Amino acid sequence: MTIFNLLDRISANLPDTQQATSRRALFTSVADLGKKMAVAAVPIGAATTVYSPKAFAQENSVIDVLNFALLLEYLESEYYIKGLDSGVIPSGSDEEKVFMQISKHESAHVEFLKAAISGSGGDPIDKPEFDFSARGNFWPFHKYKDFLVLSQAFEDTGVRAYKGQAANLIGNDAVLTAALQIHSVEASHASKVRRIRGLKGWITEDERGDGMPAATQAVYDGEDQLVQAGIDLTSLTAFGADSATESYDEPLTKEEVTAIASLFLV
Amino acid sequence: MFTTTSRPDGLAKPKENQRNSRRSFLKYGSASLAAAGVVFSGCKELEDLIPKPPKDKPKMVSLGSGDIGILNYAYTLEQLEAAFYEMVMLKPYGGMTFEEALILEDLKRHEVIHREFYQKVLGKDGIPALEFDFSGIDFSSRHSVLSTARTFEDLGVAAYNGAGQLLESPDLLLIAGKIVSVEARHAAAIKSVFDTDPTAFAGDDVIDENGLGQALSTKTVLASAAAFIKTEIDGSDLPKA
Repeated sequence: MTIFNLLDRISANLPDTQQATSRRALFTSVADLGKKMAVAAVPIGAATTVYSPKAFAQENSVIDVLNFALLLEYLESEYYIKGLDSGVIPSGSDEEKVFMQISKHESAHVEFLKAAISGSGGDPIDKPEFDFSARGNFWPFHKYKDFLVLSQAFEDTGVRAYKGQAANLIGNDAVLTAALQIHSVEASHASKVRRIRGLKGWITEDERGDGMPAATQAVYDGEDQLVQAGIDLTSLTAFGADSATESYDEPLTKEEVTAIASLFLV
Repeated sequence: MFTTTSRPDGLAKPKENQRNSRRSFLKYGSASLAAAGVVFSGCKELEDLIPKPPKDKPKMVSLGSGDIGILNYAYTLEQLEAAFYEMVMLKPYGGMTFEEALILEDLKRHEVIHREFYQKVLGKDGIPALEFDFSGIDFSSRHSVLSTARTFEDLGVAAYNGAGQLLESPDLLLIAGKIVSVEARHAAAIKSVFDTDPTAFAGDDVIDENGLGQALSTKTVLASAAAFIKTEIDGSDLPKA
């Protein structure tokens, strides 16, 4: 299949369809998209097709969500590429292998999202210029401690960001599933980085954890929910509030995530 | 008091205003599905959603259909995980390190909370407590316990990832999202103490070249879980992708 056929098929199957079969087809297409794009290396903006006005609104919001995700992935992927290039991570260490693995995923997410946005008829945003010092507050490419701090903050933010957007993707099964698949990968990263920093892999109450500066607290605010779907979790077992809050991760809104990310935008 | 937009049972129309739906759910959230069941007790459609024990095979449990079916599907997996970790901490394997004990105790607590949560949310629509077959697990062996934990956590992540699209209710999708990331954190932690490969926490075995974690169908997940569950699970009425 050529890249153009693939895109036509995806566009033809976009959101206003109610057919489970076409949703499945769309999913298959999106799932394969990143790989196929990389191989084809075609300027894909030209291949987008025309939509019915009915489909446009919903599709537009899906593209907005994907572009929002792309911003975060740009941030993460550039962060790890620069971190690995800088020599701040102990060379030849297991931790270097950890960050190479994370970097591989974040770069793949960027390519995947760009392809998914183009394939859905949208324009991927350009990569902005980042200031990972957050105006001189962090030195992640000189101090390994700072590198780990921001890595934890970015991964825990990523988990909350994807979670907060999932409901906006209902009706577009392929994109929703892909977003969930990225979401769980961000959570595995977060767990690993937290453990490297000597913390539990999960978030207790709304604690940012030892060694995390107060500037990162916005990443953890609101994680201390005890009530889920109207049920007080502490009434269910004798394990107490810490375990209850650890058992559920909380979402962040687009605005909350943007406020965090914008600290690192030039 | 329930409007149609607040029905968290998968019957809500997909095109309706999701903001209203969410507000209604939050407002009446404490009433949960049990209340929805009461309100709709006269509704034939809903009665069809409620799992019934088949008459001829009492050892078989039907998960039901719609969002309730998916909740029962998640409840099945949480029951499995919780029962496993309860057993692990009841009879800790020899040489369990302090770090391993901390992780496994937390995992037990989290999974028990998930299990109890689903039981409460589902109320009378919930499947009964399942019977498990852990005869294939050697609880005195670190390798057996940790490799099983890894299997269960990976299975949980892949199950939630695959089932998200099957949920109609945005509120239930959010709940599932809140749980699945914790399962993914578990999987990474177990692998970081069990696997020697430093990349195993998010290894190429479960994450593809696009950086996407696994998403499995209900059928595949139930077939994998069946090896550990004595009760026969019927997921044939679950929504399909």
